[in-house]
Amino acid sequence: MHNQSNHLLPIEAAGRGLATPVARRSFLRYTGASLAVGGLLLAGCSDDDDDVDPNSNTTDVGQGDIGILNYAYALEQLEAAFYAQVVAGGTGTFFAGASAGEKAILTDIRDHEAIHAAFFKAALGSSALPARVPDFSGIDFNVRTAAAGAAKMGVLDAAKAFEDLGVAAYNGAGRFITDVNNLVLAGKIVSVEARHAAAIRELITSNTFVASDVVDTATTGKEKSKRPPEVLETANKFLATGSKLRAPSFA
Amino acid sequence: MDLFQIIDDIAKVDPEVYDRFDSRRAAFRNFLGFGKKVSAAALPLAVSTLFNKAYGQSNNLPQIVVDTLNLALQLEYLEKYFYQTALASNILNPEQTGAINIILNDENLHINTLRGVLGTQAIADPTRAGFDYTGSQNRRRAALFPTLGGTTSPNTGTFSSVADFLTVSQQFVDTGVRAYKGGAANLITQKDILESALNIHSVEARHSSRIRSLRRGGIQNTAAPKSWITPDETTSTPALPNNGVSGAPASVGPYLAGTPAASFPAENNVTQGSAAVNVQTVVTGQSFTVSGTAGAEAFDEPLDAVTVKAIAKNFAADPTALFN
Repeated sequence: MHNQSNHLLPIEAAGRGLATPVARRSFLRYTGASLAVGGLLLAGCSDDDDDVDPNSNTTDVGQGDIGILNYAYALEQLEAAFYAQVVAGGTGTFFAGASAGEKAILTDIRDHEAIHAAFFKAALGSSALPARVPDFSGIDFNVRTAAAGAAKMGVLDAAKAFEDLGVAAYNGAGRFITDVNNLVLAGKIVSVEARHAAAIRELITSNTFVASDVVDTATTGKEKSKRPPEVLETANKFLATGSKLRAPSFA
Repeated sequence: MDLFQIIDDIAKVDPEVYDRFDSRRAAFRNFLGFGKKVSAAALPLAVSTLFNKAYGQSNNLPQIVVDTLNLALQLEYLEKYFYQTALASNILNPEQTGAINIILNDENLHINTLRGVLGTQAIADPTRAGFDYTGSQNRRRAALFPTLGGTTSPNTGTFSSVADFLTVSQQFVDTGVRAYKGGAANLITQKDILESALNIHSVEARHSSRIRSLRRGGIQNTAAPKSWITPDETTSTPALPNNGVSGAPASVGPYLAGTPAASFPAENNVTQGSAAVNVQTVVTGQSFTVSGTAGAEAFDEPLDAVTVKAIAKNFAADPTALFN
């Protein structure tokens, strides 16, 4: 599986360890009584590493409504962390030249996403997956919008991407929800994300709140929803190694 | 729109798609344009009819699904003729005109989409004359917004106030968002229809965000309203008559509670989920504190069909003919 960070995948590291010769007597000490071995094996499986696939270094979001809620929780954490950093700024608060209106909008969105993430954490309780670690190395927090061909995205470019992705994600996840109360919750949040998306788009270019890249403006007038695996392909680019996710139950 | 590509894409997930279409060669050739001309304006409806023949379940849909979609369809018509009339009134500036054109295009497509799913069970097009945006119910009572159609022929008149148009636009679209949200639960057994409804719902929310930014004089303006619903709107927006709709709250409006209020709270609600999380205080351990209005802003509330109808009937030319 392609590993963008070029770090050793866990299985490769383990293999290197296994290649180190172990003296026969020491080996017996390690294998010992089956109970001891069993204990070692069980000790090696912490709850945190539940469904980490060493081949892809991704964690499975899980199954059922809990899986969908953890999926949503992860996306909200990403947005919350992003906007917290936007408001905190690159070399000062916000990007260079941020207007009063932009600061107000971005601060509000920061608050909303922090609330969404904290809400899901509270609602999931002990079923919550460990906190995600973001990777925003591809974003320049001191730039409003990046020039064409720039190495890093600007703040509004990234915000637009996250918001549009969030809307498509919630809409594409709806069909997998089985408890109507969870469907209502997802519905309450997705419309707010769509308000965010429209506002960010308007900051970038007038009257792009709806556009053909995210809405089918030719035939149906519908948002272009995305299934969890497709969403995670993009989201994983902003999640650090060890924090990436997969969603095989929701293909 | 490349019809061939669309059908080929469908074939990837449904290899029998070609068998599902009307196999009469003449009918199919017409869609391909070999026979009589299909006008560009008719094409979306033609395409949706084509797909409805293939996939339409209008004969098998549960009544609750039909009713939910027909309420949505009536709201789309309410908005369609509202925006169409505004454009014909020549009161909008270029920025507003651009935005309303985009929104109207979406509403027309939503109508096509919903009609495609409902098939023969779709309600008839109410036409412009079916709506009276002054709220007088075609002069049955005093107008709520006389500038939105005048007093002589309020169900055919043009609009004379941009401010009133934008105010009522916001109320229509926010009611629509709440209605789709409230109706989603009814669609939980129809996964494709549910996803379609969610995909319309989010577009309406984009519309609301834009209308609100127009109302405050542009996206950069820091005046009210925000692009999201703020808790003060629950208390500051005048309530509408409930038209005697059975079971509707005494006071109805886009930011007020529905019925039952526990399931359909007002927009200033901050209690979410079965664990009753207070979302105004849930954020802890951050270097910042959320604003005093963020909790209410972060969640939009659903609205029940009864209350939606009570609100919408205010703008029917004949309150007995629509939103029943």
